[in-house]
Amino acid sequence: MECKLSNNVNVEALKAKHVILHESNFEPKEIYRGYADRSLYVNLTTNEVKVKPISEEMKNKFIGGRGYGMKYLWDAVNPDTRWDSPENEIIIAQGPIGGITQYPGAGKSYVVTLSPLTDLPIDSNVGGYFGPLSKFCGFDALEVQGKAKRDVIIFIDGDNNKVTIEEAPEECVNSHILAEVLTEMYADSEEDKRNVSVVSAGLAAENSRIGLLNFSYYDLRRKKCKLKQAGRGGIGSVFRNKKIKALVVKKTGVKGDLNNPYDMDTIVKLGLKLHREIYENDKDQCWMRVHGTTQLIDAMTPHDLLPVNNFQYGQHPEALKLGKNSFEKMFDLGKPDGCWYGCTLACAHALKDFEIKTGPYKGQKVFTDGPEYESLAGCGSNCGIFDPVALVETNFYCDTYAIDTISFGTTCAFIMECYERGIIDQEVTGGLDLRFGSWEAQMELMHQMARGEGFGVVAGQGIHRLKRLFVEKYGLDRAFLEDIGMEMKGLEFSEYITKESLAQQAGYGTANKGPQHDENWLIFMDMIRNQMPTFEDKAEALHYFPLFRTWFSIVGLCKLPWNDIMPADNHLTDEPAKVPEHVENYVALFTAVTGKDFSKEEMLLQSERVYNLQKVFCLKMGKGLREYDYPPYRSVGPVTVEEYESRKELYDKQLIEKVGVDPEGLTVEDKIQALRKYREEQYQTLLDAVYKRRGWTLNAIPTLEKLKELDIAYPDVVEVVSRFL
Amino acid sequence: MKIVASKPELCIGCKACEEACSKVLFKDTDAEKSAIRITPINGEGYDINVCNQCGECIDICPVQAIYRNKNDIVMIDKDKCVHCYACAGFCPLLAMRYHKDVVGPFKCISCGACTRACGTGAIFLEDIIY
Repeated sequence: MECKLSNNVNVEALKAKHVILHESNFEPKEIYRGYADRSLYVNLTTNEVKVKPISEEMKNKFIGGRGYGMKYLWDAVNPDTRWDSPENEIIIAQGPIGGITQYPGAGKSYVVTLSPLTDLPIDSNVGGYFGPLSKFCGFDALEVQGKAKRDVIIFIDGDNNKVTIEEAPEECVNSHILAEVLTEMYADSEEDKRNVSVVSAGLAAENSRIGLLNFSYYDLRRKKCKLKQAGRGGIGSVFRNKKIKALVVKKTGVKGDLNNPYDMDTIVKLGLKLHREIYENDKDQCWMRVHGTTQLIDAMTPHDLLPVNNFQYGQHPEALKLGKNSFEKMFDLGKPDGCWYGCTLACAHALKDFEIKTGPYKGQKVFTDGPEYESLAGCGSNCGIFDPVALVETNFYCDTYAIDTISFGTTCAFIMECYERGIIDQEVTGGLDLRFGSWEAQMELMHQMARGEGFGVVAGQGIHRLKRLFVEKYGLDRAFLEDIGMEMKGLEFSEYITKESLAQQAGYGTANKGPQHDENWLIFMDMIRNQMPTFEDKAEALHYFPLFRTWFSIVGLCKLPWNDIMPADNHLTDEPAKVPEHVENYVALFTAVTGKDFSKEEMLLQSERVYNLQKVFCLKMGKGLREYDYPPYRSVGPVTVEEYESRKELYDKQLIEKVGVDPEGLTVEDKIQALRKYREEQYQTLLDAVYKRRGWTLNAIPTLEKLKELDIAYPDVVEVVSRFL
Repeated sequence: MKIVASKPELCIGCKACEEACSKVLFKDTDAEKSAIRITPINGEGYDINVCNQCGECIDICPVQAIYRNKNDIVMIDKDKCVHCYACAGFCPLLAMRYHKDVVGPFKCISCGACTRACGTGAIFLEDIIY
């Protein structure tokens, strides 16, 4: 397999090596009011392909996207199933709103599988064209089960209503090459390339548990594939374990009405309103069209929220080098940068002619997607690296090798702290000088991961397993590693300092999939604006926002156009954090697509069903109880003397005002302990309030009454819950 | 290029231009299907809104469906258009149109029919260079 050359690949020669293992035709099916009401099931062990109808019960209860993914996976696996078991599935599903072109952010796919990091169901959202195009082929979801013997491509040909499973031995698996090669291979012409989308992984996904999936879309102006990532939870590792080289879809003739919606007029009017809002307000608000999410570096730093050196500190004098001004100069701006048609928020910026300095592509100039905030904070500031150009390369390799920048960054930060503290040394790291700030060592760690060599493979197992290794093999202090290893349930934390926001600590802590911010981002409401002073206020937010945010994932929408752009008068509304006008948009949009009566209350109910099924699923897989919601102390308060000293004034004041302890005369260690006792008690009290608000027991188990209220008290669901009640 | 220019102070609000435009574009007399729009301003005169062919919509279109023809007039390729209306939302003048009975956005093609229908000289074709 040639993974070094990206130019002059002989696509015809590669295609000639393909061996067709399965070929079948399916009946064409038009979408009706947002739904095809079918899924495509592929079993790679048996090479069986089935078109499965989706029942009204399924549609009404689980809606689409992550809801479909969770239900299919629930039905497919048992408590002993692990990520690499043949029965594990990868499900890619859209939602009823997904694929419309008029309302920004309507091209998302949701990917669900059992995670190699957590042994729990993971869900990850991703842009790119694969989801909408496969829906327009007549499928609301794709389920892939089983394991191939050798590398295969699954090709869904919506123009000829045909599915093939093809052995594909020769193509390089690294995504920046593979997406280009397969787009060239399956498109009929240059113009046809936008009708092809490729899902792929990369070499590091094969050798780690933190693999991701890239979803491609063809940029007509730049004549290049861009990639969006389903990053979290190791889905790319499952993908390569199944020996899937790629999924390819092709569907020509995308138009704005392919969802055959109930009320196109309303959809267009809602879309026009939001387009205009973005046109008028983006430059007064988040500048997403220019800076993308890099602007968050600038937004987080002044509030001590940017993770620095493994979440020890919240800012750094060099932090803004990673921010918006650097990337505004580097991005190739001025072209539509949406990852689906009609997304004028257009945050998916890219760089052209970027010269690579390390690894197998050293010396090559590549077109590459720009780093997002999470990548800059995770692989950058959190590892003490503040060179924006270096971070573009880190991001490029994470994408093409297919590893999650968040898990890689947070894991690297953990290793760097252990190394700097001298509790691991070069004997452990295989000679890598992994101190904070060492980009070269970070890159070599990643290249090792891609080559399946050395300490890179060890690091690729993630923090949860690294902690165990460091304790069992090297005799490190377990308690300290538990304090500073930023993972929960096996998943690495995403990139925010939560020490001063109790609500966000629980937001991460109670998240079903592990500490990822897509369920909650409450820091400003809680910490900066003090909008939820009581435990009950926080619990209400920790009930509402996870459900509201879940809704994006079941209908096929991107979250960013909800609150990364706002009406100019949003601050005058009763609840500005909810962006009420946009919530109204979503209610109207759902009805306009599906024709169903809808309300804000029904929206939450739809989400609550999916959310509770996922919670019960976690119980089924053995990790759903309260004890799994306890975070590493680093996310709650200062672990070390240096951390305490860095914000001594703040912490001393809290000891006096909140804890009732006079810090005068106490050692720093004593002050840390006093603060810790207080903060951990606060956390426990908040958990009680959150579980109560969610209709769960104090041990985090949904009650039978709650399941009945949600109409999901199926016998197999009740059986799981009954074991714990 | 020739664009539709205006002198709003000469407009009497007869809307003959709208009808003429709608007829050219859609063989209809529905003023809502006109690319030029005449709107009274608080009982004092009229606002005349029509595309000035600035071409900002060209760069917004995700599928390169908007282009300049040989006369430099900004046109929409209906075959390529995916009906996202980004062009309409991002038009500086709000001169890209939507109508519920028309598939996709539409705009002034600078044909001059409206200027010929205007009895007061409020709208006229003018040569400009961008």
